[in-house]
Amino acid sequence: MNTPILSAHNLVKHFSAGGFGAKRKVVRAVDDVSFELARGETLGVVGESGCGKSTTARLLVQLLTPNSGSVRFDGKVVGPELPLKAFRRQVQMVFQDSFASLNPRMTMIDSIAFGPTVHGASAAEARRKAQDLLDRVGLDPARFGGRYAHELSGGQRQRVNIARALAFDPQVIVLDEAVSALDKSVEAQVLNLLMDLRRERGLTYVFISHDLNVVRHISDRVMVMYLGEVAEIGPASSLYTAPRHPYTKALLAAMPSLDPDRRTHEAPLAGDPPNPIDPPSGCRFHTRCAQAFGPCATQVPSQFAVAKGHLAACHLNRSEETVA
Amino acid sequence: MAVTAENIVPLATVDKSQGYWRAVWSRFLRDKVAVCAGLVAAGLVLMAIFAPWIAPADPLQGTMLKRLSPIGTEGYPLGADELGRDMLSRLIYGARLSLFMGVVPVLIAFAIGSAIGIAAGYLGGWVNTITMRTLDVLYAFPSVLLAIAISGALGAGILNGLLSLTVVFIPPIARVAESVTTSVRKLEYIEAAQASGASSLRIVRDHVLGNVLGPIFVYATSLISVSMILAAGLSFLGLGVSPPNAEWGLMLNTLRNAIYVQPWLAALPGVMIFMTSISFNMLSDGLRSAMDVKQ
Amino acid sequence: MLVFVIRRIFYTIPIMLGVSLVCFALVHISPGDPLVSILPPDASVELQEQMMAIYGFDRSYPEQFFRWLGLAMQGDLGNSIATGRPVASEVFNAVGNTLILAVTATIIGFTLGSLFGFVAGYYRDSWIDKLATGIAVVGVSVPHYWLGMVMVIIFSVELRWLPATGAGPGGSSQWMWDWVHMQYLILPAITMSVIPMGIVARTVRALVADILQQEFVTGLQAKGLLDRGVLAHVVKNAAPTALAVMGLQLGYLLGGSILIETVFSWPGTGFLLGQAIFQRDLPLLQGTILVLAMFFVILNLLVDVAQTSLDPRLQRG
Repeated sequence: MNTPILSAHNLVKHFSAGGFGAKRKVVRAVDDVSFELARGETLGVVGESGCGKSTTARLLVQLLTPNSGSVRFDGKVVGPELPLKAFRRQVQMVFQDSFASLNPRMTMIDSIAFGPTVHGASAAEARRKAQDLLDRVGLDPARFGGRYAHELSGGQRQRVNIARALAFDPQVIVLDEAVSALDKSVEAQVLNLLMDLRRERGLTYVFISHDLNVVRHISDRVMVMYLGEVAEIGPASSLYTAPRHPYTKALLAAMPSLDPDRRTHEAPLAGDPPNPIDPPSGCRFHTRCAQAFGPCATQVPSQFAVAKGHLAACHLNRSEETVA
Repeated sequence: MAVTAENIVPLATVDKSQGYWRAVWSRFLRDKVAVCAGLVAAGLVLMAIFAPWIAPADPLQGTMLKRLSPIGTEGYPLGADELGRDMLSRLIYGARLSLFMGVVPVLIAFAIGSAIGIAAGYLGGWVNTITMRTLDVLYAFPSVLLAIAISGALGAGILNGLLSLTVVFIPPIARVAESVTTSVRKLEYIEAAQASGASSLRIVRDHVLGNVLGPIFVYATSLISVSMILAAGLSFLGLGVSPPNAEWGLMLNTLRNAIYVQPWLAALPGVMIFMTSISFNMLSDGLRSAMDVKQ
Repeated sequence: MLVFVIRRIFYTIPIMLGVSLVCFALVHISPGDPLVSILPPDASVELQEQMMAIYGFDRSYPEQFFRWLGLAMQGDLGNSIATGRPVASEVFNAVGNTLILAVTATIIGFTLGSLFGFVAGYYRDSWIDKLATGIAVVGVSVPHYWLGMVMVIIFSVELRWLPATGAGPGGSSQWMWDWVHMQYLILPAITMSVIPMGIVARTVRALVADILQQEFVTGLQAKGLLDRGVLAHVVKNAAPTALAVMGLQLGYLLGGSILIETVFSWPGTGFLLGQAIFQRDLPLLQGTILVLAMFFVILNLLVDVAQTSLDPRLQRG
C-alpha cells in the first residue's frame, strides 16, 4: 500500500474544565483517534455536536497540540521530521463561520495574499495569485478583490476562504463544517466547486459535517465519531448500506430522506450524549445503545475489521478479526 | 469566470467599497455634540501651540501694583493674579503644561498598557494569569489615591507627575486591551493566520493590532478627561508642576488664598480645566459611538 | 454560596499582600536617604549607622518588608516624622472624619443620582432624559476641587450662609451631629456627592431602560397592571447593581477625598495626606495610604459578596 498522505496516530486531546488537584476535571475531547488518508481521497467525518470532530480537525492541521499522539504527512512525523512551516503549506483548513474566518479590516485580495507572503512570495506575486484564485472560485477580482468581509454574502465569503486555502497550493484541505451554514442552493454550488477543484488539483479532503447526506455525496470514505472516539470507519458505500455499529445505524435512521420506502422504523437516537468529562465505562455508547449486552458496560471494544477497509468498534462484531 | 447565482444578486454596498475609517468619519460628522466638543478641544490645542502669538502679555512677568486686579481692569481683561501677572496670558500659556500633563500620561499608558494587554491576551495561559493578577494589585487602589501616593513619595516635579499618572492608567488600559485581544484571538481568522505558518509577532502585527487598537484607543481617550482633572489636582496639592510655571491646577492652588479678595478671579483656572475635561469626555463618547465600540 | 465567599476571600489575600508591597515600596522609591528627614545634616557616620540599624534599613528588602508588614498587622505603622506621634492613631482619628464626609456624600449622591437616572431611564429620549444625561456628564467631567472652591465662593464668601472651612467652630476637632457642626459638613458633602451622582445616574438610567424593555415588564403592562406595579418590579431588579455601584463609589470617595478635604480643610485622611506630602513625612504618607487602600480592597470584597447574595446568578463557577 502507498504511504498515506496524511495520517493520525493515537491522537489524544484533553481540555481542562476547572478544578484543582484531585478534583481537576478534564474534557476528553479526542481520545485515541487514528486514521489514514490516501492521496486524492475524501474522508467524511460525522457525529453529533460535541463528539470531537472540530477538535480532530484542529489537531490534524496542528492548530492544537495533542496531549499525546502524532500526525504524519507523507510518512514524516510533523514537528521532528517535517518542519511545521513546511507542513502548513501542504495542509490547509476552511472553517465553518465564513464571516469570523476573514479579518474584517482586510480586503479579500489581502486576505488571500497573506498566506503566500508568509511563505516568501513578493507582494506583487501574492496579489496576482490572489486575483487568479478569486477568478477560479467564481468571484470577479475587479469587483470583489477590494471589498471587506461584511460586503459579501455567506457563499461569496466561503469561496474566498477556499481561495485563501488554495493560495498555499496545498495537497490536503480540512473542511470543518465549511458548507453547513450556507443556504441549500448556495451549499450545492460550493460543493460543486469543491469537487471541481479536487479533480483539477488532485486535492485530498477531510470533510467534516453533521449532514449525512452531504457527506455521502462528497466522500469516498466516512468516519463516525462518538464522544471523542472513532465508532466506525469505512468506504462510504458499505458504511451507508451496511453499517456495523449501532450508533451509525441510529444516525442513519435519524437521517431525513425524501424517499418514503427508505425511511426506517427503528427508534432514532434518544437523549443527549453523555458528559465527556465523565464518559461511560466500557463502550462509551452502551448507555444509549438498544443492543447493549454483557461486555459493553465493562470492556472497551476493539476496532473489528468487518469488511475490507471497514472497521467498527462494537462488541457485536467480536467474531471478526481485531485490528487495533 | 463562473457565473453563479450569488454574485448576480446585487448588494447594497457594491462596487465602491467603503473603508472602515471613512465610515467612522462620516458617522462622527453626523454627531453634532461630538463635533462641537472636537472643535473646542482642537481650539484648546491650537491655543497651547500658538500661545506666544495669542497671549497679550508675558505670563511670568508681573507688576506688583496690579496684584489681584479684578476682571475687566484696563490692560488686564481677565484681571491679574496674586503676583500681578496677566490672567488671560497665564490662562492661555497654562494650556501648554496642563494639556501636556493631562494627555501625555494617557498616551504613554496607551502604548505600554496596550503592549502588556495584547501580549497577555494573545499568549493566554499562565502568562496572562500572572500579568493580569499583578496588575490587579495596582487596580486595587482608587486612581486618585495611587497618583497621590506615587507622586507624594517621589516629590513634586513635572516628570514625577507624568510618571505617577502613567502608572495609574496602565492597569485599566491593559485590562481593556487584554479583554479585547482575548475575544479577537478566539476568532477563526486568527486561527486561519496561525494555519498559514506566520509567526506570532506577524499575526499580532497584521491581524490582531488592526482589530484591537481602535477599541483600546477609544477607551484611552475617555481617560484623558480623568487625567486632566487628576494632573491639575496634583499641581493643586503642590505636587506635579511647580511655580512659577503657568498651569491651571497650580494657578488654582496659588489663587486659593485670594478667594475672599477676588473670588471669581480665583475660580477662572478651574473653568479652563472643566472646559477641557468635558470637551474631551464628549469627544470620546462621540468617537465611541462612531467606531461602534460596545462598552 | 459559602464556597464563593471563601474563594473570594482567598483571592483577596494576594491582592492585599501586593497592596502592602506597593505601600512598602513608596518609601523606597522616594529619592534620597530615608533618614535624611530625621537626622540633622551634620550627623556623624556612627549615628547614621546606629539609626539605620534601629529602623532596620540595613537589612535586605524582603526582611524589611516582612518586619514592616508584621508590625503593621499588629497596628504599628511607625511614628510620624513631623509630630513624633504614632501614625496609626493619627490615621484612625482622621478615618472617622473622612467616613462622616464620604458616607454623607455617598448617600446624597446615590439618592440624587438614582432619582435622575430613574426619571431619565423611565422617560427615555425625553427632554428630562437629556437634562439628566447632561448633568451626569458634567458630574464626571467637573474638577471637584474647583467645584468646592466655587461652592465656597457662592455660599461662604458671597452669601455668607455657611462656614467655608474646618469641621466645627474654632477649629474644634470633636465631631457632633448637631446643627453647629453639620453646617460645616454641608458644602464638602454636596461637592463630593457630585462624583458618585453622575456615575449612579448613568448606571441607573441604563438599568431602568434595559429592564423596561424586557418582556416581563411588557407582560405586566399588557395585563393591565398599574404603573406602580411596574415601578416596583424595576426597583427590585435594578437595586442590586445600583447598590454595588454605590458601595464601590464609597470606596473611591474614601481614597479620593484628599482634594476636597484640602479645599475645605476637613480634618480627615485626605487632609492628613496633604500634610504628609507638604512636610515629606513618609511614614505618615505610607500608613495613611495603606489604611485607605485596605479599606478599598475590603469594601470591594463586601460589595461583591453582598451583590452575589442578592443576585445568585452572579456566582461564578
